[in-house]
Amino acid sequence: MAIIEVRDLGKRYGPRVAVNSVSFDVAEGEIFGILGPNGAGKTTTVECVAGLRKPDQGSVSVLGRPPASVRSAIGVQLQASELPERMRVGEALSLFSSFYPSPADWSERLGLTPHLRAEFGRLSGGLKQRLSIALALIGSPRVAILDELTTGLDPQARRDTWSVVEQVRSAGVTILLVTHFMEEAERLCDRVAVFRDGRIAALDTPSGLVSRVDGSCRVRFVPSAFLDVALLQALPEVAEVSQVGEQIVVSGAENLLHAVTSLLARKQIVARGLRVDQVSLDDAYVELTGGRDVADH
Amino acid sequence: MLRIIEVEARLFVRDRLNSLFAVVFPCLLLLVLGAVPGLRTPLPEFGGLRFIDSYLSSLVVFTLAFIGLQRVPTVVATYREKGVLRRLATTPMHPARLLAGQMVVNFCAAILSVLLTIVVAYVVFGVDLPHHPLGLACAVVLGGAGTFALGLVIAALAPTARAAGGWATAVFMLLMFFGGVYLPRFMLPSVVQKIGSYSPPGVEAVQQAWLGSTPDWRHLAIMGLVSLVAGTVAAKAFRWE
Repeated sequence: MAIIEVRDLGKRYGPRVAVNSVSFDVAEGEIFGILGPNGAGKTTTVECVAGLRKPDQGSVSVLGRPPASVRSAIGVQLQASELPERMRVGEALSLFSSFYPSPADWSERLGLTPHLRAEFGRLSGGLKQRLSIALALIGSPRVAILDELTTGLDPQARRDTWSVVEQVRSAGVTILLVTHFMEEAERLCDRVAVFRDGRIAALDTPSGLVSRVDGSCRVRFVPSAFLDVALLQALPEVAEVSQVGEQIVVSGAENLLHAVTSLLARKQIVARGLRVDQVSLDDAYVELTGGRDVADH
Repeated sequence: MLRIIEVEARLFVRDRLNSLFAVVFPCLLLLVLGAVPGLRTPLPEFGGLRFIDSYLSSLVVFTLAFIGLQRVPTVVATYREKGVLRRLATTPMHPARLLAGQMVVNFCAAILSVLLTIVVAYVVFGVDLPHHPLGLACAVVLGGAGTFALGLVIAALAPTARAAGGWATAVFMLLMFFGGVYLPRFMLPSVVQKIGSYSPPGVEAVQQAWLGSTPDWRHLAIMGLVSLVAGTVAAKAFRWE
């Protein structure tokens, strides 16, 4: 059953179209990723799902109802939203828990307990994020929307945050995750929608996205004896063969390596300096978004 | 809602400099001025009153203008700029309640400051207790509401928290001038005195209710009108993000 349904969503700011006929479903218990360059419409889309913005076109429903009417079932962690500087962690937690009928305390699991008396303005980036997640989860939501959760965190804090997200999912919460990081999407998401210019350019599992890219696997080697390149080209798994000096570079589908080594074995040729490169989600992303800079943030 | 007021009150107290200044400064100023013998001598310019008697209403003006224009717009605009209001918009609680809580706390602080001034004036300098307590209450509440509403208009219209602070300070200075905080009102030209009695927080009404007989209802009506108009403008123009 789809817990989030987005149908033909459209939103414009003045003359600028931010989101244009976007549709997707998120199943209960899923971690659904939204990827894309800045300005591709990711945040606008999740803000419509969170009930913060009214779509100009199309519809959004969460748990089968308009998002604004199920606020207490949706937990939101927003990009660039802070708390009053001098508010203490404990005060923020108790204030937010007073908004919900059955509040959940995540402070222990998020390691916030030692910092309850610390003022928000003095927290490190990682702690601010963890507090922000704790506040998003405080109403025991069925759906959590996490927007650029790990942007600005150091690699260790990022990994810690990922394990938190996995914990949240195992508590049965459906997660909509906006991210800039391929590694994050690959590790956490069941399915990913890649946004480009306000539309969904592709929607698939991370490995499905990778396999869409031509030559998702690349094998390089130097043959120990002469090898007719045409033989390689004849293999169904092979998309492209090129020769640079002695080195042969073959690219093709995922089971390419097996096909190539079987051929070499039949011809009794040894592959020296054999290297296999797997296309990553990074490559897939760059191809899907038209080669725009991923790290541009 | 109570939880919000409690948290806002804690934040208010924690911001020591501002909160102390708002609540205690008028009494301190009264004590300092009252320490000068000349200002404790009845003078014909004040209709036989002492300087410190005539200055009481200006102290109230200071409190209301300081809280309404130095605190309210900055805090509200900062809440918006930092995304605090947006953050609350995602919860089942409407962010307007946070602003309401903020107003309640500031209002209580203003009342506290006025009461403190009344007590100090009475105990230390033998100033009469307010002659017309109800009138004074009306003058303070309506004058406060008018000033707070002006602060909210600034918070609503200013693009950034910094701009809000700047605009509010300009208005603050102006109201302090008309309210006779910088120069005692008897030294101001009669036109300025006139403007002062009609501009929030309404120095004339406060003075009359305290040491005269009854406040002029026209002054109070103007304050009510200012609160209503400015409040409406602020509500209409307010941006949550």
